[in-house]
Amino acid sequence: MPDAIKSLVVNGTTIEAIEKGQGRPILFLHPGIGIDPAAPVLTALARGGRVIAPSHPGFGTSQLPKGMTSVDDIAYFYLDLLDQLDLHDVLLVGVGLGGWIAAEIAVKNTTRLSRLVMANAVGVKIGDRETRDIVDIWSLMPGEFNALAYADPKAGEIDYKNLPQAESLAAARNREAHARVAWSPYMHNPKLKNRLHRINVPTLFLWGAADRILSETYGRGYCGLIPGVKFEPIAKAGHFPHIEQPDEFARRVLAFAEAAPAAQAKRI
Amino acid sequence: MQVYYFTEQPYYPTWEHHNGSLRVNLPNKAADPLTAGDLFHRYYDEWKRADELGYNIMVNEHHQTATCMSSTVIVGLSVLARETKKARILVLGYPIGHRPDPLRCAEELATIDVISRGRLDMGFIKGVPYEFPASNQNPVGVMDRFWEAHDFIIKAMTSHDEPFNWEGEFFHYRQVNIWPRPVQQPHPPVWTTTGNKAQARLLGEKGYVMATLGSGYATRPLYEAYRAGYLAKWKKPAPADRLAYLGLVAVADNEAEARRRGELIAGYLRSSAIVHVPFRNPPGFLTVDDNARMLRGESAPRSFTKDGRPVDMHHGSVQDLIDAGILFCGTPDQVHDQIIDFTGYCGGMGNLLMMGHAGFLTHEDTMDNLELFSKHVMPRLKAFKQPVADATAAA
Repeated sequence: MPDAIKSLVVNGTTIEAIEKGQGRPILFLHPGIGIDPAAPVLTALARGGRVIAPSHPGFGTSQLPKGMTSVDDIAYFYLDLLDQLDLHDVLLVGVGLGGWIAAEIAVKNTTRLSRLVMANAVGVKIGDRETRDIVDIWSLMPGEFNALAYADPKAGEIDYKNLPQAESLAAARNREAHARVAWSPYMHNPKLKNRLHRINVPTLFLWGAADRILSETYGRGYCGLIPGVKFEPIAKAGHFPHIEQPDEFARRVLAFAEAAPAAQAKRI
Repeated sequence: MQVYYFTEQPYYPTWEHHNGSLRVNLPNKAADPLTAGDLFHRYYDEWKRADELGYNIMVNEHHQTATCMSSTVIVGLSVLARETKKARILVLGYPIGHRPDPLRCAEELATIDVISRGRLDMGFIKGVPYEFPASNQNPVGVMDRFWEAHDFIIKAMTSHDEPFNWEGEFFHYRQVNIWPRPVQQPHPPVWTTTGNKAQARLLGEKGYVMATLGSGYATRPLYEAYRAGYLAKWKKPAPADRLAYLGLVAVADNEAEARRRGELIAGYLRSSAIVHVPFRNPPGFLTVDDNARMLRGESAPRSFTKDGRPVDMHHGSVQDLIDAGILFCGTPDQVHDQIIDFTGYCGGMGNLLMMGHAGFLTHEDTMDNLELFSKHVMPRLKAFKQPVADATAAA
């Protein structure tokens, strides 16, 4: 549905974003593999509001501003985007790398946010210095990634040889853009762990239970650092529950958004 | 033409006992330290003899690999700065984009230049894909880091009156003032490598020595790009001494023996690509366009014969490699003729980087290779009159 893809200019940087639905704003932040404009999850989420799903700077066809080399930079970029679009009561949803970006946004400023959903998020270091919390995706053999990332590895298969040129370019840009911000420290910001206490909006931590890129120990450890958070596993889904269980994913997100404010007091 | 003798200092005893990867993740228990010591001493002995025979010398480094035990060029340069007397000592190269501390690089290299009494050639390189999992330097944007390290090293070597300050994108120093400063003024010659035409042009503009490694009959377009950049900046044709080519060299009294040696030296090519697959193309090492083409399975072959036949440099026969200009192999006369013919194809080339040992080639064979080449080929190469410079610039 190319007509749903829009260009947004933030501080002189043009990014692409898919927009669907109407009502409360839902900012969906994609994982390191990028976002498929036709992803069913976007349609499912659009039943509950106005979905805005950008490609992060450097991903897809989005421009990369000079000096943008970290998730921290991307988080500030999205805070600017929220200001520019003057969005309020935003439901912020991120998967994997997008969950990390969402957390970095929420520790900085939640003024424009109402709720936060992080799914199979990376971004912190949980184990000791000699324990690799997160599988090194750039050391995996072809095929191994899908076997570890998906409940059903077939869900991750892409026929790269027959991709249209634009899509192969986007895939190549995604891989590079992901490594730009996550190569080292690998998939985390050592500072984030001690900032997560600042998150003062109700937060849901979704967990594709078949994820073998991350362990559930990692997910529960991460979750435990966020005040008043809810942890909810999703069955038959791995590292990308929004791809493997799009309807269930959207149902959990929208149910959380509709629920009465959680017991946790909103600080400020 | 100048000739630089080069070996990668391989730990070849493990070459037949690996689990699909000679680099990065081959456990180091596979290398016996005492055998490694024997091999290092052997390789230094060969370089010492090469110095006596009139060769220059080239050293390099790789990391966590049985293909090359030299993991820091500074060790090899330090030994050779003192053990050799006449040879220019080329490091090709120093992967400065991977190094955390370019101040230390500048100090080390300046000291090598002092101890060698001004014989250092200073090659800076990006590094092969397999270096990134070892150094953990981010492959994305590594050339930006490379050029800042380069700029810093040159400034450190050429600043003599007062300490300077550096607060760049990647590196920060408050009192830069290296002791001692280098002998060669304004700094030791800078060399580098590339396989990319845009970069080749840039190097021509800088006037640095540009080397291509095993590029065979894909070399000429790179040299032309260099020459165009050089001419535009310096308003005169690039001298042949600005261009270098790394080729494998196997010489013997008779062709059969030369080809036997050629097969062993080709062991370098046969082993160099034995690497755990994901380490061969870390994200950001190649351009997005090149990666997209790879995804679509459209990668073009790298090596060709003179008449355009693609050659697989890692698996081709000795004859294939000779035809591709990657291996110079035969009797002294044959090798001479192959090199001169290739130089003509290049439109001139002033520095032959001679990989005269690899893998299982024995010490005795290596010494014989060096002796024969120095006696029967090198004098003719040194006397060789390069193609007229302005004719090649116009080509």
